[in-house]
Amino acid sequence: MSIAIVQFGGSNCDLDVLHVLKAVVDADANLVWYKDADLSDYDAVIIPGGFSYGDYLRSGAIASRTPIMDSVRKMAEDGKPILGICNGFQILTEAGLLEGALTTNRYPKFRCEWTYLKVENTDTPFTSNFRKGQIVRIPIAHKDGNYFIDDTRLANLEDNGQVVFRYVDENGNATEEANPNGSRNNIAGISNFQGNVVGLMPHPERASEEILGSADGLAMFKSMVEHIS
Amino acid sequence: MLYLAEVTVKLKAGMLDPEGTTIKRALEHLGYHPNSVRSAKEYLIELEAESADKAREQIDQMCQKLIANPIIHDYIIDLREIE
Repeated sequence: MSIAIVQFGGSNCDLDVLHVLKAVVDADANLVWYKDADLSDYDAVIIPGGFSYGDYLRSGAIASRTPIMDSVRKMAEDGKPILGICNGFQILTEAGLLEGALTTNRYPKFRCEWTYLKVENTDTPFTSNFRKGQIVRIPIAHKDGNYFIDDTRLANLEDNGQVVFRYVDENGNATEEANPNGSRNNIAGISNFQGNVVGLMPHPERASEEILGSADGLAMFKSMVEHIS
Repeated sequence: MLYLAEVTVKLKAGMLDPEGTTIKRALEHLGYHPNSVRSAKEYLIELEAESADKAREQIDQMCQKLIANPIIHDYIIDLREIE
């Protein structure tokens, strides 16, 4: 089992993800430059955070149209686990692998802070090691994290259990104050209908060791590695 | 024939536009009081095509595939022939 971490020009959380997978989880993972479009040897893919192509046009828009995304799409269709973190989430929505869009934060500033998330769905390859309803502490760092989707599709997401993480306060309530960016229904992360493609704005790789202030994000990587082992 | 398309991309009506809102607030600091400010982006695309219809068709595809995000954007194409 091997995990690909896709690097685009402007990715900057790639090495953090690699560190967690190799040094903390002890998994087999490799950095893959976006021009190396063949991912057929890999069992799973992580698209890390950053500012690919300077967020030109729209966050994630340029990266989502590069040839490596055809390989990612093929893996998604084959049911392999695909995770997009922050800019990776933006790239997956821009590529149409996840529904909706990430637009500018309601108050248009870059927010870099700890958030509490409620784990809403533990049936994905990335969340099986959490308890349903568990409250976890994982930081965000973004300006374009305001999750938008129309009313009908939002209702479908909720009904299908595709909402994976929601911004909450420390008591688990999805309040207006706990919503850092204006996302509809406090959505922080979603999956595709099948559940094998997951995207989230918060950074689990920045909360995977106690020395960083929280190790709550580690369960995502452990879940993933268990799933493909 | 050579054509120039001026493509305007803006957020759909009713969508929150934090950039527009921030600009409106700054204008108010300067003593102006507009009813609303909405932001938009413009792209100028020059291309060769057999006819205006063909040019427009191509630009429309470009908008749908990359330049606009149909989930959040509307776009307007203003096309003209140039020398």
